[in-house]
Amino acid sequence: MLEILLDATVRAGTPILFATLGAIINERAGIINLGIEGLMLIGALAGFAGTSLSGSLLVGVLAAFGAAFLAGSIHALITVQLRGNQIVSGLALTMFGVGITALFGKGMVGLTIVGFKRVAIPGLSQLPIIGNAFFNQDLLIYFSFILVFLIWYFLYRTRWGLGLRSVGENPAAADTCGFSVSTYRFLAVTIGSGFVGIGGAYLSLASTPMWIENMTAGRGWIAVALVIFAGWSSPRAMLGAYLFGGITAMQLRFQAMGTTVSAHILQMLPYFFTLLVLVISTIRLKKGAGQQPEGLGLPYDREDRK
Amino acid sequence: MTDILQIENIRKTFPGVVALDNVSFSVAPGEIHTLLGENGAGKSTLMNVLTGLYHPDRGEINISGKQVHFTSPRDSLKCGIGMVHQHFMLVPAHSVFENILLALDDVPNFFNRSAYKEKIEKLIAEFDLELDLNLPVWKLSIGAQQWIELIKLLLRDCQLLILDEPTAVLTPQETERLFAVLQRLKGQGKSIIFISHKMREVMEISDRVTILKKGCSIATLARGDFDESKLAALMIGTDKVPQWQKSLQMSDELVLDIQNLSVQNDRGLADLDDFSLELKKGEILGIAGVAGNGQKALAEVLTGLKKTNQGKIMAGAEDITNSNARYSYIAGIAHIPEDRKTIGIAPDMDVADNLIMKSFKNRLFTSGIFQNKKAIRQNADDKIEQFAIKTGPDGTPVRYLSGGNIQKVIIARELSEHPTVLVALYPTRGLDIGSAEYVHKVIADGADRGMSTILIAEDLDELLKLSDRIAVMFRGKLIGYVDPRNTTREKIGLMMSGETPGDMS
Ligand SMILES: Nc1ncnc2c1ncn2[C@@H]1O[C@H](COP(=O)(O)OP(=O)(O)OP(=O)(O)O)[C@@H](O)[C@H]1O
Ligand SMILES: [Mg+2]
Repeated sequence: MLEILLDATVRAGTPILFATLGAIINERAGIINLGIEGLMLIGALAGFAGTSLSGSLLVGVLAAFGAAFLAGSIHALITVQLRGNQIVSGLALTMFGVGITALFGKGMVGLTIVGFKRVAIPGLSQLPIIGNAFFNQDLLIYFSFILVFLIWYFLYRTRWGLGLRSVGENPAAADTCGFSVSTYRFLAVTIGSGFVGIGGAYLSLASTPMWIENMTAGRGWIAVALVIFAGWSSPRAMLGAYLFGGITAMQLRFQAMGTTVSAHILQMLPYFFTLLVLVISTIRLKKGAGQQPEGLGLPYDREDRK
Repeated sequence: MTDILQIENIRKTFPGVVALDNVSFSVAPGEIHTLLGENGAGKSTLMNVLTGLYHPDRGEINISGKQVHFTSPRDSLKCGIGMVHQHFMLVPAHSVFENILLALDDVPNFFNRSAYKEKIEKLIAEFDLELDLNLPVWKLSIGAQQWIELIKLLLRDCQLLILDEPTAVLTPQETERLFAVLQRLKGQGKSIIFISHKMREVMEISDRVTILKKGCSIATLARGDFDESKLAALMIGTDKVPQWQKSLQMSDELVLDIQNLSVQNDRGLADLDDFSLELKKGEILGIAGVAGNGQKALAEVLTGLKKTNQGKIMAGAEDITNSNARYSYIAGIAHIPEDRKTIGIAPDMDVADNLIMKSFKNRLFTSGIFQNKKAIRQNADDKIEQFAIKTGPDGTPVRYLSGGNIQKVIIARELSEHPTVLVALYPTRGLDIGSAEYVHKVIADGADRGMSTILIAEDLDELLKLSDRIAVMFRGKLIGYVDPRNTTREKIGLMMSGETPGDMS
């Protein structure tokens, strides 16, 4: 029973994990991205279309990354190059994503593909309780584990990562040390968006291998919130994403057992609990740890005094 | 030999302000060249143009005889120009180590963390500093932060070093140490542009001095051709230095009686340790001490920014240690914060609004439930005139002002309430000599009206000139009082290192 729940937890949490990681990269560079929901949808559709046209899952994942990367570059152009309002631009990106995927997705409805299959890791998958959930999964899930580590390593152990974090905290400091604020920010937004796209593609290539209009169902917004819960750190993003995944798994379980509680209420639970945890964790945040990057949301203009 | 730097006819304007009108000057190899000018004369702007942060409207920059066009600080770093900015360019949330690492240009992307830590630690030891590399920068004192900025510059291999008011927040001892480093660099053939308002320092270190006035370079003098009064005259014109006279009237009435105050800092150490102090009506009480011996904590406790662990603050017969009455009584206790950039002002509001921040409820500035814009404007115009605040067009956010002018806004605001007690923490830091003199005059005039001042300063000359009595602090304790009219700098210096007057005799 616990094994099955854990397995469902990881599978439900993974799309949100990718999206949260992507959003963290954005925000570490100081750019708020409220376009996550739209980017996930774009990734989901591009991934599905790529796989269904080529027959290759890898092509699908790359298409998802590429499409979200391109859509993210609109946000980057507006917020980094033109120093526009990040909130407005992000919201517009979400609306754009919802609209354009509804339009181009029409032809994809009803098509089927062969989605990601489980690949058991010899030995590890035999571990009691966690073996099945963590080491008998598909390749995208393994990739998400690696990505969590890579992002942490990049941010805290490389010079580029130090530059990225400095750009998000105090762009003037990074600028005067010779780091190009706009290059760092542009790449953070576009590459981060690409990972968000992979999160969307997980839905259409692994969770349910098909295209359904608006299939992200608000997960992008949860990711936006989880960034704060995670204190802008990738390992904690994993925790948050699986929290959401866990509650999703449980409510599905309840539904399957045939409770009398309305399915709508049950479906609401993951969102509700995630918000609740968020509120509690931000109260704790005030006392120090895991502060948001100081330059978050502020455009950088060299000639403007702060 | 060609000059390492030569700039010609630089002009730089911001919306509504001509920051630099027409500036030309040059720096020779192995020279320490001082830039001198009033607050708002354009010194920092010029240096920002030189480091590629600002684009000049016109003019020419030549490095070792070759014309350059900087589009970013990166370009100027490549040409071997490094700078310590007047307002720190640090990442407060990052550790000291990461801040220094950010400035090193030869670090590979995948670097060996412990090796670099060791390397930086060694260099810090060379400067005789006690810095914990793992501490986040926001936890450090301003003086320590200044050193990090200096180390960031010194670790780079620069041919031209620009230091924009590095000594404003250093103690005299630290300044000496810095000067020794600068002399050594000069010996290696490097050039230095130095900015300071402290004449003693300018006289000591400069090979040449260029004077900037209202955005124009008006004169360059070589060592031997200048003295303090000549520089001052060129810079502001002697006629404009405010004159004041301190009267010696002082009553015995106590306005503030601080008893056995103890305060701990966030590292659990005692900032103030059983500290007692008496302040009389109409007195200017100087507080002498090496920075970091509890002066800041004293100011913060008196103004209510910090809580006491023990002890009492009595205002007459009333205990105001923890009472809210303090804040109405505080009408009296004004505060010129040490870190004027972050806690002294509302950076996005204009000068007029910043000036009434403490008295916006005053009937003078309201009409019914609305603000009386006209009175607020009038008040601002008066203060701008009195304190010679150089600001842009009406409505310019305060953050655009030069460092010294921001300081003047704070002082004008704090003194406008006619407090009974003024706590002034380093009030003339970063002010040009004319403005510093004006602040002295305001404090002395206030004393004539019965205002009592606790004047915390590093500059012994300033303390000796203004104070009726001087209290010396060491490690959070009061060492003793001295009478400025019959004491010596040496005696105060000894007390500042912890010797009680009894030991000396
Ligand atoms: N980014 C900016 N935007 C608008 N105005 C500016 C900006 N930077 C400087 N100024 C204006 O240019 C003028 C010169 O300022 P600057 O900081 O160069 O003076 P300064 O000589 O360094 O003075 P201080 O001794 O007080 O530091 C000031 O009037 C200031 O308000
Ligand atoms: Mg300046």
